[in-house]
Amino acid sequence: MTTTVTKAAVVAERRPAQRRTAGVGRPGFAWALPATAFFVLFAVVPLVLVAVLSFTSWNGLGAPRFAGLDNWTKLFDDPVMLNSLWLSVLITVLGVLVQTPLSILLGVWAAGRQRNRAILSAIYFVPLLLSATAVSVLWRTLLDPNFGVPSQAKWLFGDGNLLGMQSGAIGVLVFVGAWQFTPFHTLIYQGAARAIPQVLYQAAQIDGAGTVRQFFHITLPQLRNTMITSMILMVVGGLTTFDTVLILTQGGPGTDTTISAYYMYQKAFKSFDFGAGSAIALLLVVVATVISLVVVRVSGYDKMRSSVEGL
Amino acid sequence: MSKQRPNYLAGLGSVVWLLVVGAPLYVLVSASVQSRADYGASGPLSLPRHFTLHNYVDDFSTGFGRYFLNTVIVTVCVVAIVLVVVPPLSYTIVRSRGRVTTAVFRLFLLGLAIPAQAVIVPMFYVISKAGLYDNLIGVILPTAAFSLPMCALVLTGVMRDITPDLYEAMAIDGASSWRVFGQLVLPLSRGGLATIAVFSALQAWNGFLFPLVLTQSDSTKVITLGLYNFRTQYGINVPGLLAAVVLSMVPVLLVYLFARRTLVQGLMGVGGK
Repeated sequence: MTTTVTKAAVVAERRPAQRRTAGVGRPGFAWALPATAFFVLFAVVPLVLVAVLSFTSWNGLGAPRFAGLDNWTKLFDDPVMLNSLWLSVLITVLGVLVQTPLSILLGVWAAGRQRNRAILSAIYFVPLLLSATAVSVLWRTLLDPNFGVPSQAKWLFGDGNLLGMQSGAIGVLVFVGAWQFTPFHTLIYQGAARAIPQVLYQAAQIDGAGTVRQFFHITLPQLRNTMITSMILMVVGGLTTFDTVLILTQGGPGTDTTISAYYMYQKAFKSFDFGAGSAIALLLVVVATVISLVVVRVSGYDKMRSSVEGL
Repeated sequence: MSKQRPNYLAGLGSVVWLLVVGAPLYVLVSASVQSRADYGASGPLSLPRHFTLHNYVDDFSTGFGRYFLNTVIVTVCVVAIVLVVVPPLSYTIVRSRGRVTTAVFRLFLLGLAIPAQAVIVPMFYVISKAGLYDNLIGVILPTAAFSLPMCALVLTGVMRDITPDLYEAMAIDGASSWRVFGQLVLPLSRGGLATIAVFSALQAWNGFLFPLVLTQSDSTKVITLGLYNFRTQYGINVPGLLAAVVLSMVPVLLVYLFARRTLVQGLMGVGGK
């Protein structure tokens, strides 16, 4: 042994001891570094940048120029902007109201084990596989007043120009969203319904509870956490509805379906006002994050740990 | 559910929903195999009179082959990135005891709620500055980053289910983290790996916003952009357009046929505990 002890030597000396105390074979943080760095670089940093850009004026060329609160004051004086927030909330809420009961019923039904259910579930799942673009293009074509289904089913559609009026257009957006995403939520509920202990149902049957009572007193309470998760995803999805608006309505008629996410795109990539676009984007993030934080707190998702290890 | 009388109401509801899902899909396929004249004459709900694959051939001659190739490139690269970075991440989240790891896990959970729209403006800025505008790499990187949270969540759930006894046994043998990871964790979470591969492939294949904003020329177009442009260019050629929609689905449906279990079980896990 030399008397000059380098730091490295000390560390090397101590490493085995440390390992014993920290539990053998536990990975260090370095294992998580590549994914974390990548994610921070492409999701978290842009998120910070969006905040910065919202206080600048930038037309996409040259460098962004500091503009103080200009974008914000302009936005809150902009009737289209305020209306777009209201429309976003409306479409999101309608989406949750339509999709939640549908997907719970379908999910609980599909959790049964009969053969025909498996086949039907496989078909139900298909819309989820299509891109939002494909779905929007498909529905745009189907709803075309001259070449689409309305031309053949006048009794159902009247003059058939659903996308030509605000209520019709909003209805279509909500419906198309539900058509595409109900399968996903159905699947989540199906998984959760299968995880409900059978004992509960057996006990209820012995007590003489019928199917309907079992559903309301056992199934629904047991699905509470799943409902929270599913609704978060619906809210985030609803607030960021974009492809369907771009393809089905272009925010029209007029600005009747110009929801915030679409308005952001218009401002930034059509009017080249990237500052205003960033400000709208930031608003969207704040809303989505607040909702998610609340839900993560409520559902205790962040405490997801190995139940056996118990910390 | 335990054995009960058949539930007629639920059965009826399920058939109604089947129509809601099935009818549009039927129109989609039937219109894509009709000539434009036939479709115009008989309308969307009729049975096709003459079967033709003409629309498909036309689509390919107008550049869809190129869009296909681009989409395949993007998808393969995204899946590769995800499969390299997510397993070690999930392993750490499950096995490591520390504040940092918990913080990382929360970061990814929050990441679930960051919409791509929120960062599209700065993304455009960063990608332009990096000289990756109108380049597939510029589409691949953000697409991969945005499928990380969901993949991390799914795989962490899978790895959590590995019995601690197995870890203990390996620890007693004095195995290093690398050995535990290679010989225990990876083999036991094979199903989860397949799920995140399928899931991220689906995300990449169907991605629209990043390509829309980060590319412009025809040589970097992906399928979804091709569809979007098709609509604006030949809005009137319905069979051709719907054939293009079918083309964009085919690979996904094939994967679904062969890997349905994998995908479905993984997604079910999201609703989780």
